[in-house]
Amino acid sequence: MGKWTRRTFIGVGALAGGGILVGVAIRPGNLNKHVDDHVAGEGETLVHVYVKIDKDNVITVIVPHSEMGQGAQTALTQMLAEELDADWRKIRFEEAPALKEYAMYTVGRGELLKNIDFPKFIVPSIDAAMMRLADTLDAQITGGSLSIRVTGEYGMRVAGAATRDMLKQAAAQTWDVPFDEIETERSMLIHEPSARVEPYSAVAELAATMNPSYVPTLKDPKDFKIIGQPIQRFDIPAKVDGTARFALDVRLPDMVYATIQRSPIVRGRLASIDDTAARAVKGVLDVVKLPVTEHDALFGDFIADEAVAVIANGYWAAHRGLRALDIQWDGNDQVSSETIRARQYRELENTDERETDIDVGGATEVLATADKIVSADYHVPYLAHACMEPLNATADFRDGKCEVWVGCQNPLGFRRAIATSLGLHEDDVTLHNLLMGGGFGRKSTADWAMQAALLSQRIGRPVQLIWSREEDMRQDFYRPALPSRFKAALGNDGEPLAWQNTYVSKMEPVEAPVVPYAIKAKDIGYVPSEHYLPIGPWRSVDESQHGFFVESFIDECAHAAGVDPFVYRANLLQEHPRHLAVLERAAKEANWNQPMGPGRGRGIALKESFGTIVAEVAEVSLVHGEVVMDRFVVVADPGLAVNPDGFAAQMESGVIYGLTAAIYGEITVQDGAVVQSNFHDYEALRISASPVIETHIINSGHKTGGAGEPGTPPAAPALANAIFAATGQRIRELPLRKHISFSTGAQS
Amino acid sequence: MITLDVNGTRKEVEADPDTPLLWVLREELSLTGTKFGCGIAQCGACTVLIGGQAARACVIPLSNVKGREVTTIEGLAPSPETLHPLQDAWIEHQTPQCGYCQSGQLMAAAALLRRNPNPTDADINSAMEGNICRCGMYDRIRAAIKTAAAQMSTIEPDTPDTEDNADG
Repeated sequence: MGKWTRRTFIGVGALAGGGILVGVAIRPGNLNKHVDDHVAGEGETLVHVYVKIDKDNVITVIVPHSEMGQGAQTALTQMLAEELDADWRKIRFEEAPALKEYAMYTVGRGELLKNIDFPKFIVPSIDAAMMRLADTLDAQITGGSLSIRVTGEYGMRVAGAATRDMLKQAAAQTWDVPFDEIETERSMLIHEPSARVEPYSAVAELAATMNPSYVPTLKDPKDFKIIGQPIQRFDIPAKVDGTARFALDVRLPDMVYATIQRSPIVRGRLASIDDTAARAVKGVLDVVKLPVTEHDALFGDFIADEAVAVIANGYWAAHRGLRALDIQWDGNDQVSSETIRARQYRELENTDERETDIDVGGATEVLATADKIVSADYHVPYLAHACMEPLNATADFRDGKCEVWVGCQNPLGFRRAIATSLGLHEDDVTLHNLLMGGGFGRKSTADWAMQAALLSQRIGRPVQLIWSREEDMRQDFYRPALPSRFKAALGNDGEPLAWQNTYVSKMEPVEAPVVPYAIKAKDIGYVPSEHYLPIGPWRSVDESQHGFFVESFIDECAHAAGVDPFVYRANLLQEHPRHLAVLERAAKEANWNQPMGPGRGRGIALKESFGTIVAEVAEVSLVHGEVVMDRFVVVADPGLAVNPDGFAAQMESGVIYGLTAAIYGEITVQDGAVVQSNFHDYEALRISASPVIETHIINSGHKTGGAGEPGTPPAAPALANAIFAATGQRIRELPLRKHISFSTGAQS
Repeated sequence: MITLDVNGTRKEVEADPDTPLLWVLREELSLTGTKFGCGIAQCGACTVLIGGQAARACVIPLSNVKGREVTTIEGLAPSPETLHPLQDAWIEHQTPQCGYCQSGQLMAAAALLRRNPNPTDADINSAMEGNICRCGMYDRIRAAIKTAAAQMSTIEPDTPDTEDNADG
């Protein structure tokens, strides 16, 4: 990639070598009364998405999102190429650099200004993720399943259509023919009356002088040729031959290696350290203490505790050196999972502090007079992300500037955090973003990249900081542990008259605990809570736990009513035809009405999240008292799956990630520190126990939804409900393995 | 100085004999396709072939591979122009997501197909259960291994494999 400068973004300009760079800047026309406080006082450039066309008519799409395997870079390129009428065989892409012009906040505000119904769950995402940053333009987040449904729909498609119009204008002017008579196809401009055909590149330079429209006419979905196709992902070939470049693969001249340990006790302090033995390890170059640092995290500021790093000529020497350190940490070592849990249950009953999500229909009164009450308490534990690639970053601090190589979900946010920690202006930090070996939300918080930069500053050399798996497991921003309490009143027909739910702690999306079912009286609320462990977004965020809570409890209501759990849900979804269609399709594909033999069972769960409605049916068998997962049927309505194979892959991935958490996932605290350390005590679902997964997509034509996260929330409740169907055992606490044995599928 | 054979080339390395092979490959030989995942042979991201058998490079000391034939992901393809049938199948099934575990998955699958050219689901599960994929692409891994096995059985009878021979 060439050198990016501020000037590149002014709009359009010539590139060296005869190509052009088309910058599509969408500017607000007028600020009207529909624009709320989110945009007051702003109103600058709203979208920066770039298209490059070279003299050989090769089109390069600049994609402002990171790749962690979700395939968004390919799908976003499809979206722009579609509206541009580009020849897919001559399409390339580049990931956007970490510069403010590619900040995504502008995309969100662009949406507001166009007065299009703004998805309500994005507003808090933007608030939480961006408003807390001192500079609201410093976010370039790949998360929240936002890439396709926001950047794609309101950035890439608009940019492609605007660029196509500019090329047509240029051709009209060059050929002296009416604009409307020009057609485009496969990166060619066509004027039939005069029998002219020219490649886009022929008029690209003139096109670059045109003003891009910010409200170009977009295609009717029925005319899509590239969107909706299962196009192969750009990033896959390099991932099968070892050439894909992750942050861990960065090699710089004169580079040394480091590994680190931060206080294992939360908010602990270094009491004493003897590094004599560590320094005696062959290859160890230095032992460096890093102070407490404060930084922005996605859900509020975070204080990173003191840490000690060992610098060496290789990771192994650094690792051995770290193990040879004699360190004592001071801190509150009285905290354990049990004390955390006891406190949260006290908070659950502290009604004075309760905040309301929704309160309609007088649920408390209905419950006070109802004949039939169903009630239950649910609980989920802390969860680590456990990305395959342990956290690592490479930094080169020299001459008052710093270059950092990292794989992250927010390049701009990381650049700012690193600059702050070094005391530099952010223009003096260059951030190179590489492929991520997993992200799942963990790589949106910059703590480890800041450590790498600080280490390079301290030792005056380029350094690659590699966290051990143990450090990665114990210094996470965890999915919170929390209880959720339910009470429902059932009518004579068994249908719920009132639904009351109180839980502890809330992040986002705000509507995560809300049920789609037709229940007249609902009272849902939470008691805010301080978490002992640092918390952060974990694939699907609050939807992950509320999916388990509400879809298990509605199953309990169905059982109490003596109604089939699919029929029970369907009866309550008559006002929600999209949800109903997804649910019914899932039942059909899973042969719901076909009885299963003894010791077998099906469970169903439905959850809308991030704009996509997903139903999952789990089929399980009990073999020698152990649960075997036979099959998962997934039905999803994302409005439109831009790349159906990529979308299906996200559903499969979301299910396995959810099942790993449901069956095994549990981070516990003892003596003030996280207990688990590696995959032997924080297990992942393996191939031998994983079910066959079938995915069915409903392209309903509704507003495009997300893909990366919505597959996860229904997985745990579908499995728990299937276990109930097979065994009669209702499990209300995760991980499930604490209550029932699971087959590993191992051949032994 | 320890001598080993990596991807058909003789290499001499300076590292301490107790250094795990993983770090020698990555940091001394610049073969970064083999990944670090756990350091304790629990995840399989570092899987390579030693004498044709799958092994976790993160726990194998350099001294143990002295003079032995090591194959990494960089040496899986028969030539720079031709991919291994497993690599073709991996692309056909769009198997990787983040891709970080995939070098290890492919090497484990290669070891499986060397000893069992026509594996069943149970064979695949058994051979591949040491390799974690946090993106959960297990269905696609199973399908891709079968595709590759079918492909390998139709093109040519088993060509003699130098490493198998070398390993006896």
